[in-house]
Amino acid sequence: MNDHEDAEGMRGMSNATSRSLFIRFAGLRELGIFIFLLVVVLIISIRSPVFLTLDNIHDIGLDAAILAIVAVGEMMVILTGGIDISVGSGIGLSGMIVALIIMNAWGIPPIVAVFMGTAIGGVLGMINGILVVKAKIPPIITTLGTMSIYRGATFIVNYTVNKGKWVAADRFAPAFRTFTRDTFFLVPNLILITVIIYIIFYYFLNHTVTGRKIYAVGSNPDGARFAGINVSKIMFLPYLLTGMLVGTGGVLWVSRYTSAQTDAAQGFEFMVITAVVIGGVKVTGGSGSIIGVLLGSVLIGVINNALNLVRVSPFWKLAINGFIILMAVIVDKYIQEGVNKRLLERRKI
Amino acid sequence: MAECILELKDITKQFPGVTALRNVDFDLHRGEVHALVGENGAGKSTLAKIITGVLQPTEGTIYYEGSPVVWENPRHSIARGIAAIYQEPAIFPDLNVAENIYMGHQPHGSVARNINWRQLYKNTNQLLETLKSNIKAKDKIVGLSIAERQLVEIAKALSINAKVVIMDEPTSALSISESEELFAIVEELKAKGTSIIFISHRIEDIFRVADRVTALRDGYHVGTKAIDQVNLNDLIQMMVGRTVQNLFPKLDTEIGEENLRVEHLSKKGKFKDVSFCLRSGEILGFYGLVGAGRTEVAKAVFGMDPADSGKIFVRGQEHSIPHPQKAIDLGIAYVPENKDEEGIILNMDITSNITLPILKDFIKTGLLDRAAEEATAEQYSKKLDVKASSVKQKVISLSGGNKQKVSLAKWLASRARIILFDEPTKGIDVGAKASVHKFISELAADGYAILMISSELPEIMGMSDNILVMHEGIVKGNFTRSEGSQEKILATALAD
Repeated sequence: MNDHEDAEGMRGMSNATSRSLFIRFAGLRELGIFIFLLVVVLIISIRSPVFLTLDNIHDIGLDAAILAIVAVGEMMVILTGGIDISVGSGIGLSGMIVALIIMNAWGIPPIVAVFMGTAIGGVLGMINGILVVKAKIPPIITTLGTMSIYRGATFIVNYTVNKGKWVAADRFAPAFRTFTRDTFFLVPNLILITVIIYIIFYYFLNHTVTGRKIYAVGSNPDGARFAGINVSKIMFLPYLLTGMLVGTGGVLWVSRYTSAQTDAAQGFEFMVITAVVIGGVKVTGGSGSIIGVLLGSVLIGVINNALNLVRVSPFWKLAINGFIILMAVIVDKYIQEGVNKRLLERRKI
Repeated sequence: MAECILELKDITKQFPGVTALRNVDFDLHRGEVHALVGENGAGKSTLAKIITGVLQPTEGTIYYEGSPVVWENPRHSIARGIAAIYQEPAIFPDLNVAENIYMGHQPHGSVARNINWRQLYKNTNQLLETLKSNIKAKDKIVGLSIAERQLVEIAKALSINAKVVIMDEPTSALSISESEELFAIVEELKAKGTSIIFISHRIEDIFRVADRVTALRDGYHVGTKAIDQVNLNDLIQMMVGRTVQNLFPKLDTEIGEENLRVEHLSKKGKFKDVSFCLRSGEILGFYGLVGAGRTEVAKAVFGMDPADSGKIFVRGQEHSIPHPQKAIDLGIAYVPENKDEEGIILNMDITSNITLPILKDFIKTGLLDRAAEEATAEQYSKKLDVKASSVKQKVISLSGGNKQKVSLAKWLASRARIILFDEPTKGIDVGAKASVHKFISELAADGYAILMISSELPEIMGMSDNILVMHEGIVKGNFTRSEGSQEKILATALAD
């Protein structure tokens, strides 16, 4: 269900007596994740007293922020029925390029560095978009290819400019090193940036013509064509925006971990897709809300943090993430089948 | 002479292997209802898509409001005030009614292009009120009936204040009272000066609303007449070019013993309490409107989508059929409507398609005997006169009619005795249609038991020994060949 409908929809529902309780709850997918999140938090805080300390919450927030930023882009791609698995490599490459530029130019303000990342990421996203829309290569193959290319390019750029050595903390200006953690009225910059991005995209997806067209194209591409929508343009846009968000995230990643490494964010695409799917975005496209994606990202952040706290091996972490993504899809499938069945029953056949 | 808003000159449209339209002329006056008639595959929908820019003509020119235009895509025609209600639903199942209606032209602010939701819902509810519908702007699409979805499509066309509205089979899924409401809307639009192209093969609709009528046959423009200058027979003559009676040669057959009996078959949301009996040598026609539940019943019998309750008897013995393999083992075959997607596998050759359901017959010492497969394929494709260079040719490169034949050959090879045909002649030209009819009729004469789903009344009436009529998931009538008149059957299929 779309966010703009939630507030108004509730009012409408109270007088629509024919709506079953089930359908009403199914519409509140976000509430479901939220309750699940609370349960997880409750269980972990009993097992680990450190979990609910201010320091740890701060850490979870910073860890989940970059995930949440990239997940917005991934969500839009999935809404159109596509997928982008090059996001991890994109973070690595854009972070690396910006790191190499700013390591010898300490005068560049951190926020400018972030925007440089946005621009570089935009180019990477544009490449994905052109391959999908113009060359008509299926999204998973396109981004599988660029995933390797972008990662390879990270090595090459790093080798050419810096002889294959990490860009370590001491090469960065102090202001950049602490940028993500520095606060603005008590809020860390990274969280602030995330919140701003979410406000912009919440508005974009729910209240602008272009945003709604993204939903329409994912829901029925042929229908969108009949409705006079420029389907190629609308399909291209999410890849471009994802690239920009990935580039932004890439620079923030370098600041957050105060180093640029060639294997940064390797496998990150998996976490991003998991967050989007848990957030209730339909994997075949057309439906899903940005609030769900935010909650999905926080949930992934919480679970990964908790698994660290209780010292679970990284292999188990992977398996648990995999288990969660499958559970989310199965639950969604049953909810959808239930809704459809009940709606059909109203027709009394 | 009235003023023309739209004129098409010498339009030809070629698809790979098929010419859908040949040198067609068409014109539309301001404020008139111009009906377009023709059989399935005559080129009506293609013409509609050319007018809206979904397709581009291979040759010919479109004049709109006096000047030649080239529509590269529907955006161009929509911007100039041409709206279309297509046969296939262009609906966004994940969005609500209001968004469906206004998608692409939502009321929005000029700076951030932010949607004015209040205005959107207000406009939608007003629009739906003028259509006297009780659908609400915020309703979900999933819960709407076919007729209600159609109404959403009509509202969509009205929402852009179109000067030209194309309605492609708008009444095919509507009940009689719903159709009357639609005609009232058409009259109202006409009074406002809107021009309407009305595509339908329900002849009575044409006489009810049209000012002029143009007939197409096999892609040719047969003629354009004022409606008061033609009668029913003229119109049919124009559409089919021959008298209807001898189109469907059902041979006299000896009806034998019962092969299939279905009792009280029900599936939630699809169909309810369906019972019928099918004997060898019999063709049972299964008539109803699109969405009446006929395909669902056939799929349930074939085990693709099993029913929730009810009994199926094959040659007197009760069986549960939970999956198609069981149906195939019992000698039931299902020839689906959409021949490209369900009936055959495009990337495999003719041989592999034909032997697919009976692969286990060709296992020799653990491996498949390709030579024997090819021999069988050869035998059946010869029997059906499949035109191909060899049985090794890939099905994707065959013409539509030959694809259909491969799909049939497959089931004959499986030695099925009960064959369920779903719209066997949909979208194929008149010549191929006659040969499919002849073939089905011969099968019946050979003692096969045949269930034939069709939405074409003449086909049903000409081919069937018995006719079953479904409406909204329920069997509403049961006629023998002699009892069933066109009026009776239609009235039953449309009754609420």
